[in-house]
Amino acid sequence: MSDCAIDIPLDAVNPVEPYLRSERIPHIWCPGCGIGTTVNCFARALENSKANLQKVAIVSGIGCTGRVAGYADLDSFHTTHGRAIPFATGLKLANPELQVVVYSGDGDLFAIGGNHFIHAARRNMDLKVICVNNLTYAMTGGQTGPATPDHVVSTTSPYGVFEPAFNLVQLAEAAGAAYVARWTTFHVKQLSRSMEEIMKKKGFCFIEIISPCPTLYQRRNKMGDGLDTMKFYKEVSKIRHGAPTSECGLTKSGEIVVGKFVDRDRPGYFEMLTAQMNETLGDRYALPEVSCGEC
Amino acid sequence: MAKGFVAITVERCKGCGFCVEFCPTHVLTLSSAYNSKGYHTPQVVAADKCSGCDLCGMYCPDFAIFGARHAR
Amino acid sequence: MHADPRGVLTGVHFLDGDHACCEGTLAAGARFAAGYPITPSTEVVERFAWRIPTVGGIFIQMEDELAASIALQGAVWGGAKAFTVTSGPGFSLMMEHIGYAAITETPCVFVNVQRGGPSTGLPTLPAQADMMQAKWGSHGDYSLIALCPNSPQECFDLTITGFNLAEEFRVPVMMMMDECVGHMTEKVVIPEPDRIEITPRRFTKKSPAEFHLFEPREDLVPDMVKAGEGYRFHVTGLTHDERGYPSMTVETQDKLIRRLQDKLKPFTNGRALFEAENLEDAEVAVVSYGITSRVAQRAIDLARAQGVRAGKFRIISAWPFPEQHICELAKQVKAIVVPELNLGQMVREVERSAAGAAKVISVPHAGGTVHNPEVILKAILEAVR
Repeated sequence: MSDCAIDIPLDAVNPVEPYLRSERIPHIWCPGCGIGTTVNCFARALENSKANLQKVAIVSGIGCTGRVAGYADLDSFHTTHGRAIPFATGLKLANPELQVVVYSGDGDLFAIGGNHFIHAARRNMDLKVICVNNLTYAMTGGQTGPATPDHVVSTTSPYGVFEPAFNLVQLAEAAGAAYVARWTTFHVKQLSRSMEEIMKKKGFCFIEIISPCPTLYQRRNKMGDGLDTMKFYKEVSKIRHGAPTSECGLTKSGEIVVGKFVDRDRPGYFEMLTAQMNETLGDRYALPEVSCGEC
Repeated sequence: MAKGFVAITVERCKGCGFCVEFCPTHVLTLSSAYNSKGYHTPQVVAADKCSGCDLCGMYCPDFAIFGARHAR
Repeated sequence: MHADPRGVLTGVHFLDGDHACCEGTLAAGARFAAGYPITPSTEVVERFAWRIPTVGGIFIQMEDELAASIALQGAVWGGAKAFTVTSGPGFSLMMEHIGYAAITETPCVFVNVQRGGPSTGLPTLPAQADMMQAKWGSHGDYSLIALCPNSPQECFDLTITGFNLAEEFRVPVMMMMDECVGHMTEKVVIPEPDRIEITPRRFTKKSPAEFHLFEPREDLVPDMVKAGEGYRFHVTGLTHDERGYPSMTVETQDKLIRRLQDKLKPFTNGRALFEAENLEDAEVAVVSYGITSRVAQRAIDLARAQGVRAGKFRIISAWPFPEQHICELAKQVKAIVVPELNLGQMVREVERSAAGAAKVISVPHAGGTVHNPEVILKAILEAVR
């Protein structure tokens, strides 16, 4: 080992520690997987946005990214495959004080969960959706997903993907999301800032994070390991805030456009609900008291 | 004295190398030593260069390292 | 505790089963419903959508039954009493989430107004062919409670019972109505709120540091909690330990899955809901549920008029099955006749519970309408020959 003296204060604590269920670390993610990196950014964002942690709930689906709910020290829900968003919808409607974050993967949110994604965006449901896009179904061994780019090899496309992939940021914008951004796990500072922004913004917010899956996606496509992938992101990413999402499609080894693409104001779900009810019912409208203290 | 320090939780590390690569002042290298799982963990080779920026901490997918500024 | 007056439409009404069921949910304290239109159940949520804004709650029509069946669970964890409503095809879609509710012990209610099946089947006509599905429809081993109302009045009363049982046992409850009961209009008496008993959610009194979301009390049921109170709890569909954390071992599976079943043991016998009549001297018992029990009543009356000592055992809580009661019944009578609007589902449970002590005769029906009482009468007469 080195002979450099390191002066570490005894009370030094990793800034991410208060946000983790430390008794469950080390986690199950592979060496070089980017999910943990996104969790660091999320922890920083919670810290900087001064979020009341008692009122932040995290909901995830099934998959590698879905395991985030188990590691985050918040009211957390590991739900069924594709259905984090409707669960989160019910949670938020019952208890609007909660800041509800949906943290899930590309397959979970856009294949089986695709329908729920577009409807929640349409409704501008006040949910913060963080999508870790490792371009594959990692937990089940690396199958093709709706975001897997052309010509990529996977276990269910052993001769190469030929189906066009979804452009997730374009889909999110088209469905009505109030905030749409994309970063990679290389862009830790910007990602953390985006996450902080969505914690403070009302409405349906979406962040796509391109992340390595070195064990499956990168290995099968001979793209190196996690570190190689991070260097690749650094090399091919172009920050273009406000770029038209239609121009932000991904390819196997081409440019990755990152940045904040959409940040708009739309009336929130509750706003619209209340306005409509007040208009038609007047003072007969009883404000919802859905969550019971003692029910 | 260095502006900052870095602390490594050796047993959590999976030897991915992000911290070594992305430290702006090249404070770290991957050690030839390894933890109980067999992963080569980072080691500090230029402590005086550490600014405590915590980029290593932000990159680490395993929550195994963090940096901080010394209190002034 | 008593019902919240805001949800109770006290009075004497002329309502169909669907509408009465909705009033039951409101009286029970449900303030969140997520639904998706499907005949013949839609009126339940249509009425809820109409009533809830003046009571104080939320209805959301979700994009499909998959969404509805999990949105209601999100609402439960947010602190609400919540339910959804569907029929056969939607019930099939909801199966995964019924299993999720069972393993996460989420107290909630699923209403199935059964119609002809399988698949699209007979959307506007009755059947009782989802009875086995109610218990076994989701994958894996789990237990739940299923109730069968046979009148609009019962659609009101039993829905409240259903919500109460969900809270007591921290379990999903299936309200197994059928199109006939759902669309039949009868007198429904809704009492004053202080005459309606409500089981409150058993929120924990422990501090976040001490509380474990899946640690059972003496009754094998854990306390509940809701998001936003600092408990930092975890809910997962993976096999989990008492803290709620995934623990995918053989031991944890055994402990958890057996407890989920054992906590409902009181229902198999002592707490089973049923209606028994004329069984003291009976030589044949007619075991039925839902709308068929009303037709069966006619058949029993006709049999008695002919001197046959027929008695009635009406199943109200179909799951867990009241096996002890049927076992004892089988020892008392020569035969048990089981008419149902299906090709023989609950009759299998009757046979199993009777264990050969009495002849068990199925009176099946493919669905689409109710039995002709003569058909059931014929079975009764043949049973005693």
